[in-house]
Amino acid sequence: MKEITRRSFLKAGAGGVVIASIPGIFRLNPLAAFASPAAGKGSLADYYEHFGVDEAVIRQVMAAALEKGGDYCDIFFQHSISSWIGLEDNVVDRAYTNVDFGVGIRVIEGEQTGYSFTEEISLESMKLAAKTAANIADQSKTIPPQAFKFHDTPDYYPIETLWEDVKIDRKIPYLQKINDRVFAGDSRVIKSKVWFNDESSYILIANSEGKIVCDYQPQTRVSASCTAEQNGKRENNGFNLAGRQGIEFFTPDRVNRIGDEAVRRTITLFDAVKPEAGEMEVVLAAGSSGILLHEAIGHGMEADFNRKNISIFADKINKPVAESFVSIVDDGTNPNIRGSLNVDDEGNDSEVTYLVENGILRSYLHDRISAQHYKVKPTGNGRRQSFRHIPMPRMRNTYMLPGPHGKEEIIKTVKKGLYAESFTNGQVFIGAGDFTFYVKSGFLIEDGKLTKPVKDVNIIGNGPNVLKNIVMVGDDPKLAEGGWTCGKNGQRVPVSQGLPTVKVSSITVGGISS
Amino acid sequence: MNRKEKIELARWSVEFAKKSGADEAAVDLYQSRDIETEFREGKLDQLKESTQSSLSLTLYVNNRYSNHSTNDIRKESLKQFIAEAVSMTGYLSEDLFRSLPDPKYYEGRKEIDLKINDSNYEKVTSEQRVDIAREIEAIAAKQSDKIISCSAGYSDSHGESVKVHSNGFEGERESTSFSAGVEVTVEDGQSGRPADWCWATVRFFDELPSAEFLARGAAERALGKIGQSKMESGQFDMIVENRSVRRLLYSLFGPMRASSLQQKNSFLEGKLGEKIASEKLTVIDDPFIIKGLGSRTFDGEGLALKRRALIEKGVLKTYLVDTYYGKKLGMEPNSGSTGNVIMEYGDKSKDELIAAMEKGILVTSFIGGNSNSTTGDFSYGIIGKYVENGKIVKPVNEMNISGNLVDLMNQLEHVGNDPYMYSSFRLPSLYFKDVQFSGI
Repeated sequence: MKEITRRSFLKAGAGGVVIASIPGIFRLNPLAAFASPAAGKGSLADYYEHFGVDEAVIRQVMAAALEKGGDYCDIFFQHSISSWIGLEDNVVDRAYTNVDFGVGIRVIEGEQTGYSFTEEISLESMKLAAKTAANIADQSKTIPPQAFKFHDTPDYYPIETLWEDVKIDRKIPYLQKINDRVFAGDSRVIKSKVWFNDESSYILIANSEGKIVCDYQPQTRVSASCTAEQNGKRENNGFNLAGRQGIEFFTPDRVNRIGDEAVRRTITLFDAVKPEAGEMEVVLAAGSSGILLHEAIGHGMEADFNRKNISIFADKINKPVAESFVSIVDDGTNPNIRGSLNVDDEGNDSEVTYLVENGILRSYLHDRISAQHYKVKPTGNGRRQSFRHIPMPRMRNTYMLPGPHGKEEIIKTVKKGLYAESFTNGQVFIGAGDFTFYVKSGFLIEDGKLTKPVKDVNIIGNGPNVLKNIVMVGDDPKLAEGGWTCGKNGQRVPVSQGLPTVKVSSITVGGISS
Repeated sequence: MNRKEKIELARWSVEFAKKSGADEAAVDLYQSRDIETEFREGKLDQLKESTQSSLSLTLYVNNRYSNHSTNDIRKESLKQFIAEAVSMTGYLSEDLFRSLPDPKYYEGRKEIDLKINDSNYEKVTSEQRVDIAREIEAIAAKQSDKIISCSAGYSDSHGESVKVHSNGFEGERESTSFSAGVEVTVEDGQSGRPADWCWATVRFFDELPSAEFLARGAAERALGKIGQSKMESGQFDMIVENRSVRRLLYSLFGPMRASSLQQKNSFLEGKLGEKIASEKLTVIDDPFIIKGLGSRTFDGEGLALKRRALIEKGVLKTYLVDTYYGKKLGMEPNSGSTGNVIMEYGDKSKDELIAAMEKGILVTSFIGGNSNSTTGDFSYGIIGKYVENGKIVKPVNEMNISGNLVDLMNQLEHVGNDPYMYSSFRLPSLYFKDVQFSGI
């Protein structure tokens, strides 16, 4: 049998889906259009070639989308290639790949949205989808733009090699090394699992204001989890590193750390206890504790909820919501961080948006519709899971800026409380403000010192109350290292979060009554 | 693409995989048409309509295993896709436990019309889709002047899938589903805006509940949250309302899977045939319920399904065993997934359970939280009502329940007679004794 490389396998996913039936415009296009030693976003011409379209085609599709009027339309082309490789019981014996290719067409009339997508990028299919989306409007036709202008964007996630150019045989040794490290880490380890996930996503967005923008969005996550056994008891935990990174991110040090942390976090659980039930002082460790911000304030500041008046933050802009040393941002510009965006999924520039500035509530997170509703500049938060979905305001990397206190100083002030270190998930009801996050591991704080480890407790609070209860903020800002995914209205997007060491004076901890 | 064309394409894909060097292959081909409408403030807010396809290819090549999916199902594209997928599988390590199921497990597929496809789907018009959402929103909005927002929606889906395995399995399925409902947000007079929803999903368009039912249901639930607050921590009895029971029960399913057992991540290891819950608890996997949202005659591996007890009078009757982990464990495969999950229902309604409660909390929804499948420890956020002397006294929120799942399941005292019908988990309200709540 002919030997075909991994690289050409993935290219097939790219070229294979472009319709070959209309000569001159639509033809098979290899992903090689993007080949360059320093992987980058590529030029607009590369993207036209890749998706087999040009300005004339886009204009025709827009004409169909606006045939019943409509204030605005946009077309979102996407091609993504994902790969998962897994190790279990000491062998790399499973691989999954997914190729997704299509175009979403959106028409906006006022605040109303019509949407359709097609997985065949032929002029005929796109026009059909456009006519479906057009049905939201009920006016005489709007004329599409005569010319398009390419909008260039910065590159917040440069990587050395496109993921589809990293062959499977280059990834396999990473999994084996991590597995070895896990078993070498502690003799109590009885099972280890390792996953290597990566994704390349190419997007091209054109809108009826004549703007054209394109982006290459890499994503990777390597995770290890293990089970350990001691005196007949078992515990399981894990660790992962993630980002909009290339394979060069996984240095020997990082590879070792994935294994070491997975083991450390598992072994600690053998000595873990349950804290007492009820309200107590909680210190959040620097890093992924930013989940507090994501749930307590981030979702409530997404402008769609406020435009609909259903967020607990809907009437609090420019009002004090926290101590003056509390500043919280949502940032799309952090280099190679999982939630960063060169451009959002509506073609708007990314930025650093202040949710809270020195204790004052400042700005919502906007998509196009909400920015127009509030007559403000879009903040670059219009995101969607894929071409199959309608964009809405979503977070990027949400974190708190450093404050005046030292980590040890903060812990010392706690007589009896909880130090929360690692987390699995959280949720919020944005109207009532109730939010939770699940603490996988942490420590009790007794008389100003970390004492016994703690595991598996849910924390629940009210967003605005907890913001007020942030009484100390550390000088040690840190972003989460692992990969977080945010779900909203059935759409999932990659995000990140961060926090310096923070003390909350009172919040309800799930535990056991004494 | 019609069904015949789908099955031919799936057969061709399997053959092409074999020609490309695969020893065995399985292909799933799926196409669906999905339409959604959303209504707010008397206006159509969103209208979404599309058709999507996907082809999933599972390969066994020289004892190596991989799975690949694509949404480009044209033959020319598939040729390259399949050939290269087979080729890349060669880089993986051997795994002698990987294979298609033994064909004997395909046999005995039940001959039954499950009635999961509404032949009137094509007759549903765009106007009807919009009108249903419009009507629900209009009725919900006028339920109270405390209501500040209603988002009503309607959606439907028509899907067709075929499945072909190189060792003889072929199956097809066509189904429809229709959903409608609304989320209502109310002003609580302070700064809170509590919200709640009422949605229904059914297999037949005509069986959607009335707009009135959905609108009033959501409004009443949201209004009932006004004034919610947390209470002192302590041990209370707990009723979990039918539609939230799935969250609790599902936490037992992970540890019942063969993959969790084999990876030593299950607190249910070694518990087969043992009592793990109160004898009031009987949980049944019934894939053959007429019009059921989880109804099917074969599973994702092609295994012919049977109705089976998962837990019977508190005794763990079966693990969920798929082909691969079954082989690793030396267990016979019996399907690693469930169809419709039902229970042996009791004789009390939710209101009767409340009436029987001296002091406790009715949980109307969970928020966040998680459980540990290795140890059974859990901790979930809750929202609900405080009950005293058989009466609802006040709404509560911002509280957690914590404990161990085995203890909790043994604290089950009553099973309601009110299964929630708009889910493949048709579960009734459950009454538990002495649950640990944390609040103030």
